[in-house]
Amino acid sequence: MKVIEVARASSVTAIPLAALSPEQGAAVLLRDGTQAAVFLLHDGSVHALGNIDPFYGAPVMCHGIVGDRSGVPTVASPLGKQVFCLRTGRCLDSPDVALPVFRVAVRDGVIRLSTPGNAREIAMGT
Amino acid sequence: MNARSDVAHVVVVGHGMVGHRFVEALTARDDGGRFKVTVLSAEARPAYDRVALSSFFDGADEAALRLPPLDRSRVDLRLGVSARSLDPARQVVITSDGESLPYDELVLATGSYPFVPPVPGHDAPGCFVYRTLDDLEAIRTAAAGTTRPAGVVIGGGLLGLEAANALRLLGLAPHVVELAPHLMAVQVDEGGGALLARLVTGLGVTPHCGSATVRVVTDADTGRAAGVELADGTQVNAEIVVFAAGVRPRDQLARAAGLALGPRGGVAVDESCRSLGDSHIWAVGEVAALDGQVFGLVAPGYAMAETAVDRLLGGAATFPGADRSTKLKLLGVDVASFGDAHGRTPGALSVVLNDPVRQAYGKLVVSDDARTLLGGILVGDASRYALLRPLVGSPLPADPAALLAPEGADGTVGAGGGLAALPDSAQICSCNAVTKGTLLAAIGDGSASDVPGLKACTRAGTGCGSCMPTLKQLLAAAGVAQSKALCEHFPVSRTELFEIVAVTGIRTFSELATSHGRGRGCDICKPAVASILASLHTADHILDGERGALQDTNDRHLANMQRNGTYSVVPRIPGGEITPAKLRVIAEVAEEFGLYTKITGGQRIDLFGARLEELPAIWRRLTDAGFESGHAYGKALRTVKSCVGSTWCRYGVQDSVGLAIELELRYRGLRSPHKLKGGVSGCARECAEARAKDFGIIATEAGWNLYVGGNGGFRPRHAELLVSDVSTRELIAILDRFLMLYIRTADRLQRTAAWIEAMDGGVSHLRDVIVGDSLGICASLEEAMAGHIANYRDEWRAVLNDPERLAKFASFVNAPDLPDPAISFTVERDQRVPAPARPLLPLEPR
Ligand code: SRM
Ligand SMILES: Cc1cc2nc3c(=O)[nH]c(=O)nc-3n(C[C@H](O)[C@H](O)[C@H](O)COP(=O)(O)OP(=O)(O)OC[C@H]3O[C@@H](n4cnc5c(N)ncnc54)[C@H](O)[C@@H]3O)c2cc1C
Ligand code: SF4
Ligand code: FES
Repeated sequence: MKVIEVARASSVTAIPLAALSPEQGAAVLLRDGTQAAVFLLHDGSVHALGNIDPFYGAPVMCHGIVGDRSGVPTVASPLGKQVFCLRTGRCLDSPDVALPVFRVAVRDGVIRLSTPGNAREIAMGT
Repeated sequence: MNARSDVAHVVVVGHGMVGHRFVEALTARDDGGRFKVTVLSAEARPAYDRVALSSFFDGADEAALRLPPLDRSRVDLRLGVSARSLDPARQVVITSDGESLPYDELVLATGSYPFVPPVPGHDAPGCFVYRTLDDLEAIRTAAAGTTRPAGVVIGGGLLGLEAANALRLLGLAPHVVELAPHLMAVQVDEGGGALLARLVTGLGVTPHCGSATVRVVTDADTGRAAGVELADGTQVNAEIVVFAAGVRPRDQLARAAGLALGPRGGVAVDESCRSLGDSHIWAVGEVAALDGQVFGLVAPGYAMAETAVDRLLGGAATFPGADRSTKLKLLGVDVASFGDAHGRTPGALSVVLNDPVRQAYGKLVVSDDARTLLGGILVGDASRYALLRPLVGSPLPADPAALLAPEGADGTVGAGGGLAALPDSAQICSCNAVTKGTLLAAIGDGSASDVPGLKACTRAGTGCGSCMPTLKQLLAAAGVAQSKALCEHFPVSRTELFEIVAVTGIRTFSELATSHGRGRGCDICKPAVASILASLHTADHILDGERGALQDTNDRHLANMQRNGTYSVVPRIPGGEITPAKLRVIAEVAEEFGLYTKITGGQRIDLFGARLEELPAIWRRLTDAGFESGHAYGKALRTVKSCVGSTWCRYGVQDSVGLAIELELRYRGLRSPHKLKGGVSGCARECAEARAKDFGIIATEAGWNLYVGGNGGFRPRHAELLVSDVSTRELIAILDRFLMLYIRTADRLQRTAAWIEAMDGGVSHLRDVIVGDSLGICASLEEAMAGHIANYRDEWRAVLNDPERLAKFASFVNAPDLPDPAISFTVERDQRVPAPARPLLPLEPR
C-alpha cells in the first residue's frame, strides 16, 4: 500500500460547466495549490481526480483518454497508459495505486470541487 | 581479370526461374558484399513465371508474369546474351558476344529444352514448342491466321494438356496425341487417366491415346504444316502443331566442356549442387542431375538454388532430392499424384474409389499390411491432397476407403482422416520440410499465435504457400482463436472498421460505437477511430468537436508529450534541406522560450520543454517564418530522409534531395495506421539509409528503384525491391497506391513491414495489386491520394486562426496562462532539461 497524495487543507474551487467538453479533461488549480483533472462524461456526470500521474510525477492526467472498461468509466494516463477508475481513482492495472478523488457538486452550470473524498481512505490503507 | 581479390565473381548462366531465385537468394544473404554477380540470359527478357506460362492466354501479359526484378545495382544482367562455351581450366565463359568472362564460381541454370520427336515434317512452319513466352507469342500469331478449326498437340502429359487448353482459349478445337495408353501417364494410372479423358473430352479436347505420330503432313505448295498422320492411319487436319512431348536437360555447355553428366543427361551434381569433378561449377534447376535424376518441377529447383547459395556463403545445406508429388488444375480439372502413386513398392496394395456421379477418382497405395500409406492419385477432386500427402510413410489414421470418401457437408474430412489424425511426424510444409510436430510446438510454447508468427519461427509457408490453409487450420485446431477484435468495444479489426467507416459515412465515434461497437471506448479504439476518420475526411481538423477527445497523447495537442508533462516542437524540414535564415528563426525561438535543442535522427530539429500554454506562441513564430507542422506527434508521414545526391555528390546519378522534398510535401499530413518514413538516396551507396524506411528510393542511371517495408525500431527490417528503373511519374503513382492500400488495409499500429509480411503472397502479391492492378483498384487508390493532397492544410496554422481550438492550449481552465507550478527544470550542458522526476511511487519492482 502506498500513500499517493493527500490534500492538506480543505478548500472549494468553482469553474463553469461550459468550460468542459465531453470526454476531454481539463486541469483545475485549487486554492491550496493542488490540481485536479476534471472530466465531463457523455452521460453528463462530472468526475475529478488528482492531476499528477503517480507513475511519472507529471501533471498530465487531464490529457488522458476517457473511456470505459467493462462499463466502468475510466481515464488512461497519457504517459504510461495505466487505466484509472474515474469513480474511485483506483488504478485498474496496478491495484495498489490510486489517485485522489475530489468531491464534485454541479449546480446552475457551476462545478464545485473540494477536498479529495478518498484522502482518508488512502491514508489509512484500506 | 578485374575482380578484386576479396570480391568473388559469380557468373550465372540462364535467367529462368531457378537462376533468378539463386541470384535473389545470394544478393539477399550476402550482406558483406563478398560476391558480384553476372547473369547471362539467352532470352531477351528478364525471368518470368514459367509455371504460370499458360495464363498468358488467359489475359496475363509479360508484365504480370515477370518475376520480382533483381537488384540491378548489384547484379549485371545481360539480356539476350548467352553462354557459347565454357573453359573450366581457365575459369572463363565465352559469351555469344565473343567476350571471355572470367568467373570464380560458375552456376549453370540453363533449364531444359523441349524434346521434339524426329518425325518427318517436325520442323515445318506451323510446328511449335511450348516453353517460352516467345513460343506462346508465335502460337498466338499463328492461331490468328489459321483457317482450320483444329489444332494438334503431340504429347498428353502435363505440358500437353496445358498446351491443349491454350489452343482452346485461342478458339481452336485441340486434338491431343499420346503414345501411352492414357493421359498423364507419369502422374496417374489407367483409372485416373480414363476419368481425365472423359472430363477433358467434355471440354472440347479430343484425346488420341496409344497413338504414335508418324509424320507431320505438309502442304505441297507452301511447305507449311497441314496436319498429322497417326500410326493407325488417322489424319487430323490442322495448321498448328504443338510439340509437348517432354523436356531434356539443356546440358550442351557442360557436355562440350567435358563435365560429368547423368546417365540420362543433366549436369551431375552432389547434394551440395556442386558439379562432380569441378568444385567451381554448380548446377541448379532442371539442368542438374542428382544421383542420375533430373527434376522437372520448380520447387526442387528452388531448393537447389538455396542450397548452392548457402554453400557459397560457407554453409552446409544439402539438397536431399525431392519427391515428385504434384497437384494441379488442368483445364479446370483437379489432378494430384503423390508418393508411390503407381504402387511400385513390392507387395503394395491399392484401394480405389471411382465415383462416376461425383466425377471423382481416388486411389491410395498402401503397404502389404494395409497399415502404411505409400502414395496416391486423385482426379476430379483433389481437395484431400493437403491431408493425404503428409501422411505418406505414416500409419494410416483410418480405413483407406474412409480417407477417400467425400467430405462431410461442413468441409471436414470423414472418418477421422482430418488434420487431427496426422501424426506429429507428418510434413505439413514440404517446401521447408516442417512437420506438424514442429508447428504444434511453436504454437504450444507461445512463440507463434498466427500465420505470420509460424512463418517467422518455422519458415513453414514461406515457399510455394500451398500449406498456408493447413497452417490456419492447425492454429484454429489448437484453439488459438485468432480474435480480430480491436478491443472490448469493437469486435472487428482495424481493417474492417476502416471499411465500415468508409461505407457507412459515419463521422463520429459515438455513432460508430452505438452502431458497431459498445461502451465509451478506450485508449486503443479511440485513437484508431481518430486515425481512420483523419485518413477518410482529410478536410476536417483533428481537434474539432468530439474528435478532439479521441486523439492520443501527442495528437491531442499537436506536440509530443515528454516525461515531465512538457512538449516538444518539431517543424517540418522537408528532405532535411534548410536555409541559414530558417535555422536562425529556430535558434531565436529556442532562445526566447528556453527550449532544449537537438538534431533528431530524422534530419530535422526538435525543440523540447515547451509548456502547453506556450505552444501557440511558439508555433506562431514558426509559421510566420514559413514553417509547418512536422507531424512528429502523429501516426502520419514523418520525414523523407535524403542524401545530398547528384547536385553535389560526385557519385550521385539523380537529384535525391529534390525527390525527397517533393515526396515529403506530397504526403505531409497523411495519417496512417502507424508512422510512415521515407528515404531517397542519390546512388547505390545509399547514404540516406532509404532501405531502412517504409518506402525507400535509390537512384539508378535509368530512374529510380523503389523499396518498400523497411524500418528501424524494435525489429529492424530492410525494405524489399518493388519496382526498378521507374520514372519519377511512375514512381509517384505507385507510391500513392502503396500508401493508400496500406492505410486502407493495415492493422492498428502495424508498420508497412509487418503489413506486407502478413499478406498472403507478400511483396509479390503487393506488386500484383499496385503495379499490375490485379484487383482493379489502382485508380481509386490514386484518387484517394489526390483527395488528401488537395485537402492538405497545415494543422498548426489552422489552430492559430481559431479561438475555439486555441482554448485547448490552456494550463488550467481557471488560470489559462499560469505556468504549471508542478513542472520544473534544471540545467545540463548549458541547456534546460526536466528536473529529476519525482514520481509519487517507486517504479522499481515491488
Ligand atoms: C526525436 C527522435 C529521437 C532523436 O532525438 O533523434 C525520436 C523520438 C521519439 N521516438 Fe523515435 N525518434 C526519432 C527517430 C526515430 C528513428 C530514426 C529515423 O527516423 O531515422 C527510429 C527508427 C526508424 C524507424 O522508425 O523505423 C525511431 C523509432 C521509434 C519507434 C519504434 C518504431 C518501430 O517500428 O519499432 C518508436 C515507438 C513507436 O512509434 O511506437 C518511436 C517513438 C518515438 C517518440 C515519438 C516516443 C513518444 O511518443 O514520445 C519519441 C518522441 C519524439 C519527440 O518528443 O519529439 N521511435 N525513432 C527522432 C525524431 C525523428 C524526427 O525528426 O521526427
Ligand atoms: C507450360 C509449363 C508449365 C509448367 N507447369 C509447372 C507446374 O505446374 N509446376 C512445376 O513445378 N513446374 C512446372 N513447369 C516446369 C517449371 O517451369 C520448370 O521446372 C522451371 O521453370 C525450371 O527452371 P529452370 O530455371 O531450371 O529452367 P528455365 O526456367 O527453363 O530457365 C532456363 C533459362 O536458361 C536459358 N538458357 C539456356 N541456355 C543458356 C545459355 N547457354 N546461355 C544463357 N542462357 C541460357 C534459357 O533460355 C532459359 O531462359 C512448367 C513448365 C512449363 C513450360
Ligand atoms: S547515396 Fe550516393 S549520391 Fe547520395 S551522398 Fe551517398 S554517395 Fe552521394
Ligand atoms: S508447402 Fe510450399 S510453402 Fe509450405
